[in-house]
Amino acid sequence: MNPITHTGIQDPSASYPKTAPPLGSERPVAWPKRTVRTLSNGLQVVLAESHTFPKIGARLFFRSGNAVVAHHSPGLAEMTATVVRTGTTSRSSRQIEEHLRRMGADLGSHAGADNSAISISGLAEFSDGLLELVADLARNASFPHDEFERERRQKFEELRIERTSPGFLASERLRRVLFGQHPYAIIAPTAEQVADYQREQLLDFYRQHYVPADALLLIVGDFATDAMLEQVEKVFGSWKAPQPEAPKSPAPPQHIGRHVHLVHLPGSVQTQVVLGNLAITRRDPDWYRVVLANAIYGGAFHSRLVLNIREQKGYTYSPRSGFNPLRQYGYFSVNAAVRNDVVAATLTEMFYEMDRMRSVPVTPEELDSARNYLTGVFSLGVATQDGLLGQLATVYLERLPEGYLETYRERIRALEAQDVVAAARRHFDSANAQIIVVGDRAQVAEQAALFGPVTEYDAQGNQVAG
Amino acid sequence: MKKLHIPVEHVTLANGLRVVASPDRSAPVVTVGVYYQIGFRLEPRGRSGFAHLFEHMMFQGSENAGKMEHIRLINSSGGLLNGTTHYDLTNYFESVPSNALERVLWLEADRMRALKVDDENLRNQRDVVKEEVRVNVMNQPYGGFPWLDLPPVAFRNWPNAHNFYGDFDDLDAATLADVRKFFHTYYSPNNAVLLMLGDFDTAEAFSLAKRYFENIPASPLPPRADVTEPPQTEERFGEVPEKFGPLPAIAIGYTFPSRQSDDWYAAAILDRVLHGGRAGRVHHRLVLEKQIAVEADGSADAIDANGPTQMVTRIFHKPEFTTQETIWEFDNIIREIQEQEISADELDSVKVKFRADYYSMLEGGMGSYMPRFGLMHYLACFTLFDGDPDRVNTVLDGFLDVTLSRAQAVARKYLVPQNRAVVVRRPVNMGGAQ
Repeated sequence: MNPITHTGIQDPSASYPKTAPPLGSERPVAWPKRTVRTLSNGLQVVLAESHTFPKIGARLFFRSGNAVVAHHSPGLAEMTATVVRTGTTSRSSRQIEEHLRRMGADLGSHAGADNSAISISGLAEFSDGLLELVADLARNASFPHDEFERERRQKFEELRIERTSPGFLASERLRRVLFGQHPYAIIAPTAEQVADYQREQLLDFYRQHYVPADALLLIVGDFATDAMLEQVEKVFGSWKAPQPEAPKSPAPPQHIGRHVHLVHLPGSVQTQVVLGNLAITRRDPDWYRVVLANAIYGGAFHSRLVLNIREQKGYTYSPRSGFNPLRQYGYFSVNAAVRNDVVAATLTEMFYEMDRMRSVPVTPEELDSARNYLTGVFSLGVATQDGLLGQLATVYLERLPEGYLETYRERIRALEAQDVVAAARRHFDSANAQIIVVGDRAQVAEQAALFGPVTEYDAQGNQVAG
Repeated sequence: MKKLHIPVEHVTLANGLRVVASPDRSAPVVTVGVYYQIGFRLEPRGRSGFAHLFEHMMFQGSENAGKMEHIRLINSSGGLLNGTTHYDLTNYFESVPSNALERVLWLEADRMRALKVDDENLRNQRDVVKEEVRVNVMNQPYGGFPWLDLPPVAFRNWPNAHNFYGDFDDLDAATLADVRKFFHTYYSPNNAVLLMLGDFDTAEAFSLAKRYFENIPASPLPPRADVTEPPQTEERFGEVPEKFGPLPAIAIGYTFPSRQSDDWYAAAILDRVLHGGRAGRVHHRLVLEKQIAVEADGSADAIDANGPTQMVTRIFHKPEFTTQETIWEFDNIIREIQEQEISADELDSVKVKFRADYYSMLEGGMGSYMPRFGLMHYLACFTLFDGDPDRVNTVLDGFLDVTLSRAQAVARKYLVPQNRAVVVRRPVNMGGAQ
């Protein structure tokens, strides 16, 4: 921060500085005390103290999610996680929920494609109880029959609602198209698949995959590390189970040429436009480069795509692009909800900006601005307990190099314009991008067809033409 | 019980701008906000949606920072920014590495001093806002439920009862002259509070605030509009067609006690007895026990409203139950609270959760990227509405002091039919897209 040298100003505008004050010198991030241990049963434990608020947050991750069951029961990992919190051998659903409230706690249990997780946050004064409850759910879940049936019914209704959401339909179709026979193709089960789930299957998944070997426990918050380690050993130390085998999956297809996938949602007064291509994971050496390229293309408010189709043309409210890293593969996607008559115009601009990134080096100002953006936002992201927990989860779950967080900002600052062009050429696959359009056929089919052969689907995910 | 104390220092500049600082040097970041005491409640008649459209215009350029310059300068300083429009306030905020504090203040002062926008900016942002309304309301299952559905049914006074996102005709009718007038009427330093949170020396931060803001002229504010509601004597009902979603949805709103009253604390505790996830009575009864609903929860915007507002329960029920059956079961929950005292154990546990949620709110960013966003928000509300930023440290005691008998008395007084409105979102296609 600059020292104040200014004294009183009288005229309200005459002496007001015409240009933005320069940035002061940056203060380094003070990394919290961090301890990493692996228990004898294989459970990796990462603790980071943060005493700003009297709370703690903990996440217990198992590196198995919906991808390992997609070939027989899509969504089974998510249903397992949902039912996990509804009973243990010593606690009913109601007891669990009341116990949580008494500790000022929130609990989540979810599964994505690659992981299943039990997350808890609550008041630091109840640390022991919070940890004990996580252990109880992870080790002694009882899968009560009636709770399972209740959750199954809720899932049916949830799926029916999702199928009316343009955002869901676009994501579903993009993943289907990009990943083909690979398990990442499926983001939600069908009603029939949910009807086929058996309680025994949930228990099987739980026994096989909720195990300490290869699991990760992260705790961030207001605690003393030594005492916390003792408590962790006490509630998780005696837990033993073998590590599950990961099934092999077919590779995603190669996409040659652009193709349009139109999901007909009758009565839409707006169209969801998405394009995407397969890309990379966080472990790829190009990761930092694509992150930087994306920040310039459409990953920030002050990015080319937002300037173009929002601030200049007014086609859309919140256009965004991003690289989405899953464990085995990643993909790049560009997204905008636009008014019906500018679908073709929007796609034209999305491709124009992609091609410009691939062909013309970014300006020094853009480069500098994007590097600052990423390093600054990174500092913001580790400044809260929740944010830090999220960042640590990424590093340890994906087994990124030790020091990833500490060196992230330097790695970004070291990138140059040629890194951005190179990354864009490799990972903005404009020529073979897959295009998803969710809207009313009568309003958008003709515009969409300008960009490639069209296959049409209904909102249930069935192909109807093309 | 560990008690949290937030450091709060505040000054009022010569032009009436209130400045509140809460230093915390644990991370090299600052969050800055400017809150104006004007929201959609007081937008001009015939200009529904204007307060929000205007909020967009505040990003379109000022005297020394043209269109996109605000956004470029914040992003390229490593920061994030946004603005939101509420009933009684509109906020503009940034989180940045702490070396950009002065730059953020320069930008915020520049647009408080002299907004500089043109017709093209207005046309552009009108288009953007229409797509915002489409993506959030018109093209979304249950879009706008229930925050846009309830006010027109619950309230009779236009400021409280109109469409806050705006009718498209009204958005189209907005002119640059309207923008200028709104700016000159409400966007003056004496109608605002500047907040700074995080990594700075407070004396230094105050002198920066003085340097950039103090010579922005104050302007006379219009007399505070009358937003009171005529007394309600009957239960109110409304129905809104649901174009996409397959399930009926019900919103039940009870008008909340005024923030100046003692009942306010007890009502906020009652809200957490009824709502607040699976342990709350509404979710427990309707979703877990009776299994009438697929989802049921609710909340009250107690702290950030300064006029009529409601505690709202949202219920998505299964199609095999009628709306009447669902409301009947909900009414049983209300009756039980009124007739049998809540147990001491339940009240204690609700208070523990209340305290935990309060801390989480203070620390919380928006999506983890705006450190102490919640603290900023509460400090702003306590400053603008109560004239006391320090209330952030004392308000919790008021909630934790609520007694069993007090909670019951407030339930009997406020959770009554003649204080509530019910809106049903009825699916056009009950079969949904099955």
